[in-house]
Amino acid sequence: MRFKYVLNEVLVGLWRNVTMTIAMIITMSVSLTMLGASVLMYMQVDQMKTYYYGEIEVSIFLREDVTEAQRTAINQAIETNPLVLSKTYETREQAFEKFKVLWRDSPDFVKSVGPDSLPESFRVKLRDPEQYQGFSSQIKDLPGIQDIVDQRELLDKVFKIFNAIQVMALVVAGFMAMAALLLVGNTIQVAAYSKRREVAVMKLVGASNWFIQAPFVLEAVVAGLVGAVLGFGFIFVGKIVLLDGRLQALTNVLTPIPNGNVWLMLPLLAGVGAGVSAITAWITLRFYLKV
Amino acid sequence: MIQLENVTKTYPKASRPSLDDVSVGIEKGEFVFFIGPSGSGKSTIIKLLLHEVAPSRGRVVVNAKDVTTMRSWKIPHFRRSIGCVFQDFRLLPNRTAYENVAFALEVIGKTKAVARRVVPEVLELVGLGGKEHRYPHELSGGEQQRVAVARAFVNRPLILLADEPTGNLDPDTSIEIMRLLDRINRTGTTVVMVTHDSNIVNQMRRRVIEIESGRIVRDQARGVYG
Repeated sequence: MRFKYVLNEVLVGLWRNVTMTIAMIITMSVSLTMLGASVLMYMQVDQMKTYYYGEIEVSIFLREDVTEAQRTAINQAIETNPLVLSKTYETREQAFEKFKVLWRDSPDFVKSVGPDSLPESFRVKLRDPEQYQGFSSQIKDLPGIQDIVDQRELLDKVFKIFNAIQVMALVVAGFMAMAALLLVGNTIQVAAYSKRREVAVMKLVGASNWFIQAPFVLEAVVAGLVGAVLGFGFIFVGKIVLLDGRLQALTNVLTPIPNGNVWLMLPLLAGVGAGVSAITAWITLRFYLKV
Repeated sequence: MIQLENVTKTYPKASRPSLDDVSVGIEKGEFVFFIGPSGSGKSTIIKLLLHEVAPSRGRVVVNAKDVTTMRSWKIPHFRRSIGCVFQDFRLLPNRTAYENVAFALEVIGKTKAVARRVVPEVLELVGLGGKEHRYPHELSGGEQQRVAVARAFVNRPLILLADEPTGNLDPDTSIEIMRLLDRINRTGTTVVMVTHDSNIVNQMRRRVIEIESGRIVRDQARGVYG
């Protein structure tokens, strides 16, 4: 009976102030969507780092006028270097073949680049990609080297962009969360005011504090949960429409987002949404419902 | 049953205490009037007994429990042993007489079945048989106060506190309410009533404690308003 009573109070409370309830749910869902997206992105970047750092190579491009002796010397230096895990050598022709595959969609561009315009190179995998600086300084002064490029640096630039997007999403999530929490506080205030007579009688006849507070707190929790489910829906649909659909090409670079990670957002968002709402409601009650 | 020991209560910002070193003992089953002019501090006594306010100094003991040192989470349970009636009835306007009384039971965890058994009984006792399903605005002031008394008594409290219960009622209705409180007193319930209705005090001839400026100036068994 008490359960039914509390449930009924919650539903009546949410309905009594339905516009406020909707506002609360919308802000909550947007905030949680942003939170979920940035958490997903964080997991994604992490996963991409392990994936790409395993594939990463240091390219040592040779000068056009490199001599046979210089090339042998460089080869020797790389081979004997303890930091090196493995190396391959790429001729101009091989580089051009790769280039043609890479740009097969723009044949005009390929035509404008002859097989001689690309440099020959050594592709080196390091035992530890972090050791790039050491490796580079040991080898960069050898004659015949045009340039040493660490793919890691390129990747780090990409990751920095992800990082920036992630921070942005978190900032938006934070602001929306603030708005959502103020709305929760306000809703609870209004609810407490409209039920002030009931609350006074309950206090008078000795209803326990949790019994007086539970309907208010649960009101906020229900709104938080609905917001979380909506937010999860946004993320789920967003993933299908954007990443699996329109931006498919991008996803190939990004490594696919496992569905498990997306599903993981549901309990996460629900937990955050419900928990934060409950705490806010409870704190608000401390001020507006002296028990 | 009720002990006030050297109780002083000073509200913040007040120049003088509402109650000033008051000591009084009330036995089980007594019927006690607290009388005195407005602002004399008699309503503060009710608030102290309910632990709505804490004394600035001194001890308040109710039902052998020291209210002064009671932990706040124990207060709700403590209040279940005290019924309370006010001048302004404090009924819920959107609930019938039955629902108002049942509400008091349900919010302390009694089942609907218990309410169905007990509520009609107590409404009958206060003389509202047949009017269970009227809303407060469909009842007279006296009838509304009867609902309030029924709500206060439905849980069979050891103590019934009444803060000017006849303040909003005409003399005849007031007498009827007093008869009702007397009947409740005869079941063994201690009744503490704050009033400045001299008629009633003079008719009842019960213990009278007069308070003036926060001090007890008279404590008389079978007293009159004076």
